[in-house]
Amino acid sequence: MTTTALPSYEDAIARYEPVIGLETHVELGTNTKMFCACPTEFGAEPNTQVCPVCLGLPGALPVANRAAIEATIRIGLALNCDIAPWCRMARKNYFYPDMPKNFQTSQYDEPLCVDGYVDVLVDGETVRIEIERVHLEEDTGKTLHVGGATGRIHGATESLVDYNRAGIPLVEIVTKPVPGIGARAPEVAKAYVTELRDIIRSLDVSDVRMEQGSMRCDVNTSLNLPGEEWGTRTETKNVNSLRSVERAVRSEIIRQASLLNEGTRIFQETRHFQETTGDTRPGRSKETATDYRYFPEPDLVPIAPDTAWVAELKAGLPEMPSVKRARLAEEWGISTVDMQSVANAGAIELIEQTIAAGATPAGARKWWMGELARRANETGVELAAVGATPAQVAQLQGLVDEGKLNDKLARQVLEAVVAGEGDPAAVIEARGLGVVSDTGALTAAVDEAIAANPDIAAKIRDGKVAAAGALVGAVMKTTRGQADAKTVRELILERLS
Amino acid sequence: MTDVTRMTAAQVAGLISKGDASAVEVATAHLDRIAAVDERVHAFLHVDREGALAAARAVDEQRARGEELGPLAGVPVAVKDVIATRGIPTTAASKILEGWKPPYDATIVQRLRAAGTVMLGKTNMDEFAMGSSTEYSAYGPTNNPWDLGRIPGGSGGGSAASLAAYEAPLAIGTDTGGSIRQPGAVTGTVGAKPTYGGTSRYGLIAFSSSLDTPGPCARTVEDAALLHAVIAGHDPRDSTSIPQPVPDVVAAARRGAGGDLTGVKLGLVKEFAGEGAEPGVLAAFHESVEALVKLGAEVVEISCPHFEYALPAYYLIAPSEASSNLARFDGVRYGLRVGDDGNRSLEEVMSLTREAGFGPEVKRRIILGTYALSSGYYDAYYGQAQKVRTLITRDFTSAFERVDVLISPTTPFVAFPFGSRTSDPYQMYLADLYTIPTNLYGGPAISVPCGLSEGLPVGFQVMAPTMADDRMYRVAAALESAVGTLTPPSLEARA
Repeated sequence: MTTTALPSYEDAIARYEPVIGLETHVELGTNTKMFCACPTEFGAEPNTQVCPVCLGLPGALPVANRAAIEATIRIGLALNCDIAPWCRMARKNYFYPDMPKNFQTSQYDEPLCVDGYVDVLVDGETVRIEIERVHLEEDTGKTLHVGGATGRIHGATESLVDYNRAGIPLVEIVTKPVPGIGARAPEVAKAYVTELRDIIRSLDVSDVRMEQGSMRCDVNTSLNLPGEEWGTRTETKNVNSLRSVERAVRSEIIRQASLLNEGTRIFQETRHFQETTGDTRPGRSKETATDYRYFPEPDLVPIAPDTAWVAELKAGLPEMPSVKRARLAEEWGISTVDMQSVANAGAIELIEQTIAAGATPAGARKWWMGELARRANETGVELAAVGATPAQVAQLQGLVDEGKLNDKLARQVLEAVVAGEGDPAAVIEARGLGVVSDTGALTAAVDEAIAANPDIAAKIRDGKVAAAGALVGAVMKTTRGQADAKTVRELILERLS
Repeated sequence: MTDVTRMTAAQVAGLISKGDASAVEVATAHLDRIAAVDERVHAFLHVDREGALAAARAVDEQRARGEELGPLAGVPVAVKDVIATRGIPTTAASKILEGWKPPYDATIVQRLRAAGTVMLGKTNMDEFAMGSSTEYSAYGPTNNPWDLGRIPGGSGGGSAASLAAYEAPLAIGTDTGGSIRQPGAVTGTVGAKPTYGGTSRYGLIAFSSSLDTPGPCARTVEDAALLHAVIAGHDPRDSTSIPQPVPDVVAAARRGAGGDLTGVKLGLVKEFAGEGAEPGVLAAFHESVEALVKLGAEVVEISCPHFEYALPAYYLIAPSEASSNLARFDGVRYGLRVGDDGNRSLEEVMSLTREAGFGPEVKRRIILGTYALSSGYYDAYYGQAQKVRTLITRDFTSAFERVDVLISPTTPFVAFPFGSRTSDPYQMYLADLYTIPTNLYGGPAISVPCGLSEGLPVGFQVMAPTMADDRMYRVAAALESAVGTLTPPSLEARA
């Protein structure tokens, strides 16, 4: 490691051109595993969802899960890939205790889907990410290293293996190298993974939750001087959130630029992203490349998807997120850029549901993209988990539209809703927060304000109606914001006319 | 009562179904026979006396209740130790699986149980089915009942010897390059390798997945067909299992036993009928061909030009698949574990376990296969061998456009003395020279006794097109009707 100060991102990117590539693993949400009938539920007691097949017991044989093949083809189609008319699974041989057979059944030179693309929008500009391949494989078990300080194998006193995950179908989506994106590389990477997540979610084939590991991303990064050949790439693993994708690319660009500045060469290696520090640390060296001795899996028959079936799957694809965004942007009357912010905030479905519950598009968007987005950001939770439901937001906006709440009161009510005090109507009831528009109740407050501000009152009497705002403010203050501003204004003008 | 251990499976089944003998009596007779002679033969690695008697009692009770019995109900069967049997030790004759009891039954074992057969125990074999003599069993070799100083063939020498020693009337073998047929040939018994995919591999500890085929072993062709019919048929747990009805092999065997082969065209494989085989083997083979001609068969000489590359192709494909299939034996989950003293690394423990657990032939093939699959060598070795496999398949398909079946000796030489071929692996590999092409093609083939050479049995091989298993049974049964079965010298006389 270098002791000299790291260059700034701006300096790094001013001098070098980055090339990125992404390998994303998605655990499919099939009911059963890839090659046996074991359930796939997340979080079960260790080693309870296993059988001779997924434990790789002597003599056991795999049978491919049709639902997993179907899901992979649908992902391929959604990513504009060609579907192989004939392909095979392959064995990837290496020894590791969380792999029951000491080979992983995967695909090698005959992937199920090839040559696709995804368009992503970054700063209002479309970037096309080309997809090299989408293939199907089985997941490994999980190893838990106990007794060490780090949870890694070094220093551990024992290692425990849970084979529940072994054999869960996994789809690997590999992009072609993405050059020519310059300083936007981190954002492009994040936008791609986000788009991929949304596409797969729309297909309903995986819950694509990065924090639970059902979507995992490896980021390849290299730097080169303008006009020169692409540099040596590193592969960063352990990138477990969308934000980390962006941070990992950024920090790897800075780290590599620093080495290149010193004239040090980049080693092809696997690095691990550190969530806490935001940088990458060295992992397994790939200088001596592992020879996986791939060969076609003789225990399985080739996969030859019928063209009619593929056509049927293609016809049955849901509306793609990008198409849906364009449609909603038009329906909601907002710009593409605004729509992108809505998407980035994870607010599309929430706003849709809020509209479905009776709110106007503008009203629904205002709350989710304003007050609630701010709160989610502050507390570090996803918008959907912020504590308010679309129905509650729709009810809140309805009360505002009816004049029963003003903006300030509505925000107070929302805060209570988020705090778990119930629906807006219940909060108003419990806290007595409704707008007071009863003239009788307000007259005293208006008279008090006039008496306390004789100068302003005089101006209004002289016809300077605009001055009434100050008196309205005073009344609102004494009524703790619960007065209906329109009624107050009418009362003031009536008294001083 | 006549000695039931000398009877055919068909005869035993007849006795039981008529009530002339109980299944328990039959099982007891065979278990007693095992107790009497297996010390000298060593056909069995594990005898399941209690399990066998319980299964026999169940058959007797079924009969007592007046329930219909299957064609082999109450007939004892020996099962090669490479096949998973629930709760019964299954070692593949390897130290690395010593004491392992599978938590499940192989599909063919389930079918054997459902048919009411009585499993006597598990038979000896070359470790992981790699060998042609049982000399590579980690638990000591099996001795050929014809001459206890000679090999019983391999890898399924235990299954074949159990038949020749009258310890069992039926046995299950597995054939990857000849492991059913070659032991059948050298022990004077019948061994059939069904069409690949015709019998389920689920529960068969894999040696070479694209070649392994479980099949029947018996003392007569009809018995082999009866056992074949019980174990064959589509299994949804084996992806390579063929979802088609099994040809009626029993009817074919019975038809062949009638001794009429009029209109049947036999293709004599030119490359396997000349030099390379022992003169006595060739003499017995050609005499048998004459006998078949007398039964009405027409004989045509057929050249299969790529068969000479079968052996090298096989010794790339089978070890390659084996190197991957045997990777799971690492001491982590089951079986032997060596060197786990709390200080050694995972890699060291895996390495020590495999070092201690695998025998020399298994190690040789793992190394061979690992090399053949290595990056930079794959195309030259594994890839090239697959091309040869395609050419051999073409030799078969074009031959079967001209003839109904192909014929050859099963193996170039009769049972050889222990130790005579272990120092040179290639000499051992030659034992499977004539049987290997069929495995690469995937079709069925059977070995049937056709006479003696220097007092030792010679096998006659009939090879048929895929899913035409019935054809080979017809021809084999016809030959059997002409030349008769072979009876080894009495073991008692040599006690």
